[in-house]
Amino acid sequence: MTAPPTTAPEAGAAPRGETFDPAGASGYDHDHPPRKGFFTDTSLCIGCKACEVACKEWNDVPQDGPMELTGESYDNTSDLGASTWRHVAFIEQVVPAKPPVSLGMPSLRPVETMPPDGVSAQGPSGSGQGVRWLMSSDVCKHCTHAACLDVCPTGALIRTEHGTVIVQDDVCNGCGYCVPACPYGVIGKRESDGKAHKCTLCYDRISDADEPQEPACAKACPTDSIQFGVLDELRERADARLAELKSRGEPNAQLYGHDPDDGVGGDGAFFLLLDDPEVYGLPPDPVVTTRDLPSMWRHAGAAAVALAGAVAVTFLGRRS
Amino acid sequence: MPVGGGKRDPLDRREEMTGASMLERSGDAGPGRRDVRADGQGRGGRKRRRGAESLMVPEAEFESYYGRPIIKAPVWQIMDIAGYLYLGGLAGSSSVVGALADATGRPTLRRGSRLVAGGAAIVSTVALVHDLGVPTRFVNMLRVFKWTSPMNVGSWILAPFGTLAGVAMATEMPGVVLPVVKVVAGTKVAGVAERLMPGVGSAAGAGSALLGPALTTYTAVLISDTAVPAWHDVYPELPFVFAASGIASAGGAGMVAAPVAEAGPARRMGVLGAGTELALMERMERRVGLVGEVYSQGRSGALLKASRVALAAGSAGALLAPRLGRWGRAAQVVSGLALNAGAALTRFGIYEGGVASAKDPKYTVVPQRERLEARRAARAAASNGGRPPQG
Repeated sequence: MTAPPTTAPEAGAAPRGETFDPAGASGYDHDHPPRKGFFTDTSLCIGCKACEVACKEWNDVPQDGPMELTGESYDNTSDLGASTWRHVAFIEQVVPAKPPVSLGMPSLRPVETMPPDGVSAQGPSGSGQGVRWLMSSDVCKHCTHAACLDVCPTGALIRTEHGTVIVQDDVCNGCGYCVPACPYGVIGKRESDGKAHKCTLCYDRISDADEPQEPACAKACPTDSIQFGVLDELRERADARLAELKSRGEPNAQLYGHDPDDGVGGDGAFFLLLDDPEVYGLPPDPVVTTRDLPSMWRHAGAAAVALAGAVAVTFLGRRS
Repeated sequence: MPVGGGKRDPLDRREEMTGASMLERSGDAGPGRRDVRADGQGRGGRKRRRGAESLMVPEAEFESYYGRPIIKAPVWQIMDIAGYLYLGGLAGSSSVVGALADATGRPTLRRGSRLVAGGAAIVSTVALVHDLGVPTRFVNMLRVFKWTSPMNVGSWILAPFGTLAGVAMATEMPGVVLPVVKVVAGTKVAGVAERLMPGVGSAAGAGSALLGPALTTYTAVLISDTAVPAWHDVYPELPFVFAASGIASAGGAGMVAAPVAEAGPARRMGVLGAGTELALMERMERRVGLVGEVYSQGRSGALLKASRVALAAGSAGALLAPRLGRWGRAAQVVSGLALNAGAALTRFGIYEGGVASAKDPKYTVVPQRERLEARRAARAAASNGGRPPQG
């Protein structure tokens, strides 16, 4: 498939080679499509969970366990897994109150008589505190250096021509190695069929030869918090958005998975967060475990030689 | 908020985010932004997890999403996989013992070690296939060769090892094998097989002994090559721990199989392996810092404690057995079993420690946050012309 998705603005026009090209490194020839990804701008997320529903509907993902309420927040999905490929996190934080803003609406009392700065109608009465809600739709990161793909013993996990990572259902034998290998805790093993499953970045939709479409979650997102497109283009958009938010007084706003020099070589699905990653259940500094694998093999080799030598030594000496 | 494993009150998170901590968070974004606030307003005057002094004391507070784990714990069945870590080590190390016993003329030790190596390899294979989500697809392991997947490499080690160790085992059971050959292929072939058996046994045994050490130590890479903190972080020591543990268990098996007069090497292996394993585990737990604590807590801590007792008792028995006269043989058997119990308990303890470290976000967040802040501080220092950052 070579036709760029129509939903990706200026597809093909974005400079190639700005980010590492995992598809090319995996052996796709020169005219493979540009790397695709998600930019999830959590400052726009309203927590509606349309992405979760659309993903389940389109990908025919079964129910993930019994219906249960967590009792801790409006988030009853809790985490990503074999049967949850989008998960909307919901965080409630107590923050310093902001002065109320007059919306010019009819009011029972004039603005001058509203509570003074620091005492907000939002927070606990008279506490001087306000409340903010953080919402973020989490998804598989489609890492540049993907641990799940590296450790998969059957080759069921592959890199696609779009630079994304998918599981081939007809190859996976359910060994479960990818599950603890993922530094983000994304991929899971489904009990019903014993195989590993995760987000495909809607490979079928984005690869449609006649009419490529954006992934179901991005399509369903009513606020464009989830944006799909050519990764380099998304990255430029994210930089601009971050600068805008910083200038508007969000000092903790940060891009996550955006740095190609991080422990996983940057993510194909990256985020704009309003707080630290761990607040959203994301690892602050993930590293692909196979980065250390050459050293692990060297240690294991040395240990094997030491073992053979040590056993041989015990056979020396007296015949007893 | 309470830090550590177990279930948390759902309101903890809200509690944690209350008050001054949030006030200060909205301030500057420098590395010191989480210092304690002096005014301690309300419930919020709590110590943030990080001051300029960093985390020498791992009493650290950290943030998480409702205390949920960040990475997923392994979904393997402990009996299958921890059991394989032990049996693979036993099989691999026993194959080396079998070959050396063959070369040095110790027939009882040779026979016992070959039976153990072959038997453990077969049980290992069954356990591994049993653990698959789709067991009928076990051969998919061999449809590619991938050095980045220790499980794939392991399959390529176990398949030939199991075959060779199985053949070596079969040559030690002529009473079982020859009648079958006779029925299947006739008396003539059975006669040829009988004559070839010792030679085939030696060749197959030697072949398995070439792969055995790798089978024993690669399983350390198998579990280290994950995001599980307590497994990944110990990758430099773990192959050596597994090697020592494998030596102890194969020595123990030899002590069970061979008479006192023939089992000298096995007893020396038992003592050497157990001692080395105990020393290496101690070193490993101490070196890795915060995450090392999982190996002294909970189920992992209990298993590893039991392992230490069993290994110590087994080595003591191995040292004493030759001096106990007619009780020597019995003492040797009991000690050999104790060494194997110790080796198995080590693998189960390490397995459980890994699971515990995956389930508590502390072990993922705190070291990563530390790393990140250290990098930021270094960058800030570099851009300040080498001076530490202000604030």
